[in-house]
Amino acid sequence: MSDPTATTAKPILPVRRIARSDLAARGEPFVWIMGAALVIGLTMITGFLAFVIYVGALTFWPQPVAVVTTTQGKVIAGEPFRTETFKPRPEQLEGASPEARAQVEADLGIVERTLYRVGNYDLFGEDFAWVSTFEVKSTTYPKDMYFTERLEWGPFVGRMKELDAAGAKQASPTYKQLRDAHALAVVRRAEIARLEKVEIAGINHDIEDLRLGIRRADLEYGAGSPEAAAAKARAAEETAKLEARYKVLEQKVTSLRQIDETYAVTLEAIDGQTKTLPLSNLVRFYPANDLSVGEKWSIYGARWIEFITTQPREANTEGGILPALVGTLTMMILLSLAVAPFGVVTALYLREYAKQGAFVSFIRICVNNLAGVPSIVYGVFGLGFFCYILGGSIDQIFFPEKLPSPTFGTGGMLWASLTLALLTVPVVIVATEEALAAVPRSMREGSLACGASKWQTIARIVLPRAAPGIMTGLILAMARGAGEVAPLMIVGVVKLAPELPIDMTAPFVHFERSFMHLGFHIYDVGFQSRNSEAGRPMVFVTTLLLISLVLMLNAFAIYVRNRLKRSYQVGQF
Amino acid sequence: MAMAKASVVQGDDFAPTAYHPKAGDQGVSLKVEDFSLWYGAARALWNNTLDFQKGLCTALIGPSGCGKSTLLRSMNRMNDLIDGMKTQGQMTLEGEPIYGATIDVIALRKRMGMVFQKPNPFPMSITENVIYPLRVDGVTNRKFLKEAAEAALRGAALWEEVKDRLDESALGLSGGQQQRLCIARAIAGNPEVLLMDEPCSALDPIATAKIEELIDELKGRYTLIIVTHNMQQAARVSDNTAFMYLGRLIEYGDTKSMFEKPQVKRTEDYLTGRFG
Repeated sequence: MSDPTATTAKPILPVRRIARSDLAARGEPFVWIMGAALVIGLTMITGFLAFVIYVGALTFWPQPVAVVTTTQGKVIAGEPFRTETFKPRPEQLEGASPEARAQVEADLGIVERTLYRVGNYDLFGEDFAWVSTFEVKSTTYPKDMYFTERLEWGPFVGRMKELDAAGAKQASPTYKQLRDAHALAVVRRAEIARLEKVEIAGINHDIEDLRLGIRRADLEYGAGSPEAAAAKARAAEETAKLEARYKVLEQKVTSLRQIDETYAVTLEAIDGQTKTLPLSNLVRFYPANDLSVGEKWSIYGARWIEFITTQPREANTEGGILPALVGTLTMMILLSLAVAPFGVVTALYLREYAKQGAFVSFIRICVNNLAGVPSIVYGVFGLGFFCYILGGSIDQIFFPEKLPSPTFGTGGMLWASLTLALLTVPVVIVATEEALAAVPRSMREGSLACGASKWQTIARIVLPRAAPGIMTGLILAMARGAGEVAPLMIVGVVKLAPELPIDMTAPFVHFERSFMHLGFHIYDVGFQSRNSEAGRPMVFVTTLLLISLVLMLNAFAIYVRNRLKRSYQVGQF
Repeated sequence: MAMAKASVVQGDDFAPTAYHPKAGDQGVSLKVEDFSLWYGAARALWNNTLDFQKGLCTALIGPSGCGKSTLLRSMNRMNDLIDGMKTQGQMTLEGEPIYGATIDVIALRKRMGMVFQKPNPFPMSITENVIYPLRVDGVTNRKFLKEAAEAALRGAALWEEVKDRLDESALGLSGGQQQRLCIARAIAGNPEVLLMDEPCSALDPIATAKIEELIDELKGRYTLIIVTHNMQQAARVSDNTAFMYLGRLIEYGDTKSMFEKPQVKRTEDYLTGRFG
């Protein structure tokens, strides 16, 4: 070792000369693997989005109505819904002509078939019919075929045979005549709906209030006490008045209905069966094969407007999704309002005030693990704690007269939002802690050296600096909250809740009400309805709407975050 | 050699501080009395005793890790933020104790402005930065705040450069301007003492010259205590210089005589660049 010549004569490591560094060292395979992973991810996301947007956007476009005559002489009329290939069993090919058989054989026994939406569920007992291509004798698109959406029984596909305007009958009415008559019928329908849903419902609500008043008096003064008796007498008087008004209104509705029913339309299905129904039962109709592009666009737009602004019909497979939209939006807002202060305050204490040590580390691990608990567990907890314990106590203290029917003691908007807030609060805590930790120490020291207290430093320097990071956490929490359905099914989401959580009856906000949710709506329409084929397009449209809603809320949050960020960007140094 | 060093750390071969500071005409502002400090088990300051003359500028010099920043940050109790810190001895500001259970630390810090190594303006407008000490005191009178901001900015020789963009973000200023803004912020609360922790170490020579000029102007109005790595700077701006080594105060004297003729060998070695 001490002899310097020894090291030069016998090097410990042989000198290596490498012509090319090998592939793994240069890292090229890893670049390719990473690139491929990104491409796969992007393809799946864009593919999914493109599919949802394509199907969702096309759903409301008016399709032509085809009249198909088969080789067996069967005639059907309907919208072509979708086309697929299948392998028919031998008995399905029995009725086919020899040429058709030969053709099928040549195609290796695979044939194409088309699903037609034939409508007329009340007459045919089914909405859809399959027609194999080899059976088709002819397909025509007659101009007098109408596609009619009805309030009940789904769509009707057929001809307009007769318009009966209070006795003035008109055979084969024109589109314009029908539309004019229908416009009037819509006004009548709206008036009947107003009387029933606003006026009569209001009276019912008042009568219920009076009944509850009696019960409250009973609970307060004891049943049979003079005060309770007085309250009962007063209520009886009021109720009698209300009932008289109710009778008048009911009369009015009945007579309006009678008038309305004299305006009828007779529809004729392709097989000659007819159906007469009041004009006001039609939602929309159009000669599907005789539309200009402008008319098609107006139908398309009207369908979207109906979808977004009206209540669902026909077990949610038709009509709008207004309650689900309002329910989801209200829930997301309530969720943010609950989760933001709660999460931020918790993180502030953990990061700024708590003594960092084993206990705080333990709490931090617990918070992180909470994010991994299955959401259904939160649902069960929400039901047990919020609905039954908290809600049950609220009912006993504030709404004893309504018991045993619960007010807050059951699933509802408020409890669902709080459950989701609990579910998403770890995300906010973690993000806020990181944002707080990222505020430079020099800022805090600068503030403290100016004579600011710790709280002043947090409120004036630390929190504003951390705000963009906190917003990021909130965005993540909202995105997660919007996607949850499982816990909601236990704590307040229902299939149909026509009463919105915010409406015009006092006290205007009704967070105790159960509500509809777009995510649950997708599940319900797609997998729980009688007619899953008819519900399918609605699944896509609802998905499209839910995605857009989440996107819009996130875009708003990102906009706010970027505005916050801009005010803290570091200048040149 | 290793043995010798260990005995140094234990503190037996240090002679008592050579103590020959220049006395100001306004008396003593801040007194450090037998002050020691530990970070957990590690001792950082060993029985420091010195007086800071009112209205003069005192420089704290010494090699890295000698405790000069620790001493400075003990004066306005910024070291309180560090877990496991404990102290012994006392400091007094105008005769009032700085350490003690009943001291209002926030009120104490308001009497001392502090400027840090790296400029740390808050992400706010220039005006808001300057009046921050007044804002946290709850001052809301707009006219008063405006005048205070102007006075502080003039005091920090920044007014002429920023008077047209008082409402713009302070982060848009250059490094030197930012540091002068921090000085303006430190003097806006009208403190008695101005603590500066290597205020020029992140700045270029021109900005450094401006800050030094400013320190010269601030002398007399405030008691200035400046930690610096730059011995020329200490020689240029300070009236008294304290040389620290391994947590001890080795020599404390009037700058001129200390740089010309240090009384302790170690000081001489450091000043002539033989170690450090």
